[in-house]
Amino acid sequence: MIVELGHFALILALAVALVQVILPLWGAQTRNAALMAVAEPAAVIQFVLVLASFAALTYAFVVSDFSLRLVVLNSHTLKPMLYKVSGVWGNHEGSLLLWVLILALFGACAAWFGGNLPPTLRARVIAIQGMIGVAFLLFMLLTSNPFLRLEVPPLNGEDLNPLLQDPGLAFHPPFLYLGYVGLSMAFSFAVAALIEGRVDAAWARWVRPWTLAAWIFLTIGIGLGSWWAYYELGWGGFWFWDPVENASFMPWLLAAALLHSAIVVEKRESLKAWTILLAIMAFGFSLIGTFIVRSGVITSVHSFANDPERGVFILAILAFFTGGALVLFALRAGVLEAKGVFAMISRESALVANNLLLSVSAFVVFIGTIWPLVAELFFDRKLSVGEPFFNAAFSPFVVGLALLLPIGSMMPWKRGDLRRSLRLMLPAFVLAVAVGLLVWAMQTQKSTLGPIGVMLSIWVILGAAVDLWTRTGRDGLGVRLSRLTRLPRADWGKAVAHAGLGITIFAVSAMLSWKTEDIRVVDIGASYPLGRYEVTLANVEQVQGPNYFSTMATMEVRSNGALVATLTPEKRTYPVAAMPTTEAAIDYGLWRDIYLVIGDQQANGGWAVRSYIEPFANWLWAGILIMAFGGGLSLSDRRYRVAAGAARRAAAMAPAE
Amino acid sequence: MRAVVLALMLSLTTLVAAPAAFAVQPDEVLSDPVLEARARAISRDLRCPVCQGESIDDSNAPISRDLRLVVRERLVAGDTDTEVVDFIVARYGEFVLFNPRAEGANLLLWLAGPGLLLMGGGLAFAYTRRRSVAAGADAGLNAEEEARLKELLKS
Repeated sequence: MIVELGHFALILALAVALVQVILPLWGAQTRNAALMAVAEPAAVIQFVLVLASFAALTYAFVVSDFSLRLVVLNSHTLKPMLYKVSGVWGNHEGSLLLWVLILALFGACAAWFGGNLPPTLRARVIAIQGMIGVAFLLFMLLTSNPFLRLEVPPLNGEDLNPLLQDPGLAFHPPFLYLGYVGLSMAFSFAVAALIEGRVDAAWARWVRPWTLAAWIFLTIGIGLGSWWAYYELGWGGFWFWDPVENASFMPWLLAAALLHSAIVVEKRESLKAWTILLAIMAFGFSLIGTFIVRSGVITSVHSFANDPERGVFILAILAFFTGGALVLFALRAGVLEAKGVFAMISRESALVANNLLLSVSAFVVFIGTIWPLVAELFFDRKLSVGEPFFNAAFSPFVVGLALLLPIGSMMPWKRGDLRRSLRLMLPAFVLAVAVGLLVWAMQTQKSTLGPIGVMLSIWVILGAAVDLWTRTGRDGLGVRLSRLTRLPRADWGKAVAHAGLGITIFAVSAMLSWKTEDIRVVDIGASYPLGRYEVTLANVEQVQGPNYFSTMATMEVRSNGALVATLTPEKRTYPVAAMPTTEAAIDYGLWRDIYLVIGDQQANGGWAVRSYIEPFANWLWAGILIMAFGGGLSLSDRRYRVAAGAARRAAAMAPAE
Repeated sequence: MRAVVLALMLSLTTLVAAPAAFAVQPDEVLSDPVLEARARAISRDLRCPVCQGESIDDSNAPISRDLRLVVRERLVAGDTDTEVVDFIVARYGEFVLFNPRAEGANLLLWLAGPGLLLMGGGLAFAYTRRRSVAAGADAGLNAEEEARLKELLKS
């Protein structure tokens, strides 16, 4: 019964979404306040209905209702409760429902927090949001219904993929979706602005928090996925340039570009058309990501044939929204005249460069991702594009961005003085190069990437610090320190996020450059050296978990005879899904992770063992979190908390910018 | 296994990868560390022909093990790195290359990024220049700003 109610709620949500599209759009066109006023309650009701539907599906998973096809395919009675719940979105249909739920949530948020928007803009934003909802609700009900029943329910389920039974991955999709779908708000604002034919500072101030929030969620989501890959896949890699990873990385890059270009619109009323285009493309790439993941067209051309209906449907959604928005853009972009003028050397032009580098790098990721498909379709060549290509083609953009960042972020608006900026940053530059050279001389494994990463990260982090410090004026130390604490949160957010990027660059290059690896056969009781540690395989035993069997090794890591850690790497077999997984054991540390993996028993009785020392691995997750935290700081800035309309009036009274 | 792969692909995970177990086995490792390092570098850039985007270095599929052994055999026989890669490509096609060769149509792939950067850079430069010429033209206020200033002063 509850399942049927959930199904019914989903169909009702579709009907409400249709109303949410048609009446407000009509109302905004004819300036009919009553019709426009339908938008808010419709958005809220749609959200409540989808929430009810999601709750019904979650209930079915929690009580293991095996009359539901989806539950049978993705759950099992023995599975821990956390994974029964995360099983809801650990599959195509359920994850789509989560997608739609978040979409409806954002629509409802526009209704709840959009009080200060001009009525026509608000009605149109909510209507466009509803339009995306209609498309995905239709997609779900027509091709991917999560509420399909089975005529003869089996006694038990087929279990969730063991790789997905993991805390890191349980929360990875929701964050990622919050990011993907959050960009739909930027899209709706962009399309609404095109219909209105007006983009101004106020528009940018409304659009920016949504983009920022989406970017923060994407950052955390990608970080969680990367962390999961690191500890779960068993060889310490954290990024594989896999199509599915790229699908989340492209919107992230474009969202980052959009964040920066929206600042120019907000402060200087320039780059309007470009910002609109970016907003359309950012969400467009979210849809492309969805398409890549759901259709399987890129990973393997053949699995497209397994589910042509779904792939074609998403392609149609993608074509309708991106294509429609781009046509609208082509028709209306002319009306968006830029106001602010700026010199060649200015914050504006630095942000133009930032946008150029970020969006071209996103394009490089895109072409690398789809190239195998293009080559097969048009050139009849079956080929692969992997890590070496992306490392070679993408890294230069990171280097360029990092070099530009400190100079650009300190440049004054409108007209800057390159010599002054360079003078300010000279000590930081000297220090960064000196440390880079020192690291290059000291390292045992000769790598060029490592020292360059160190240099860039010091440059970026010091740049963030100098930026903050120069904002405190020219008085004595005490005054400046107290001013530092009173700087707007947006300034802190900017510095913190940039420093986080610096730390991330450092950690990535350190992990790629200075990893230690050891592969060998070890007898029980024997020891072997690993870097400056000594590792002993103390014991190997068979253990039974709630829904798996495990071969668990006990390994002791010593440094100069003193015990550093006792680690228990495992090899698990999940009998229901008939799948083995490797559970690496990791001793997390500030400077290095010790990463141990147990393999198969060899003919002579010894065990195959893989060991790594991963330098500065925790700095990577920290860097990503700091970036997200910086975004959060910026999001909590006063100018977003006070009503944007009031703030605008105040700004008009005292034009201090 | 196919169902598992499909499930993985359809579920929105960041990764489509076969369950990791052991890639390079201890018995494969060459005694000469220099040759072994070369073997590892080569096999990291070769794709496992039957997996979901894994290199033969990471994959635990039997064919990957065979390929790893072939790479090492060729290296021991005295082949250069390029010869080893050519040897494998001749048998399995360019599909196994993670680093697509910059030749023929692939030039499009390799040049797309730099090309777009140049083009975008040119456009951005022209745009910035237009804005800055406009900036240079009036060191003071333009008519609109004058009018607004007057209005502000009046009120």
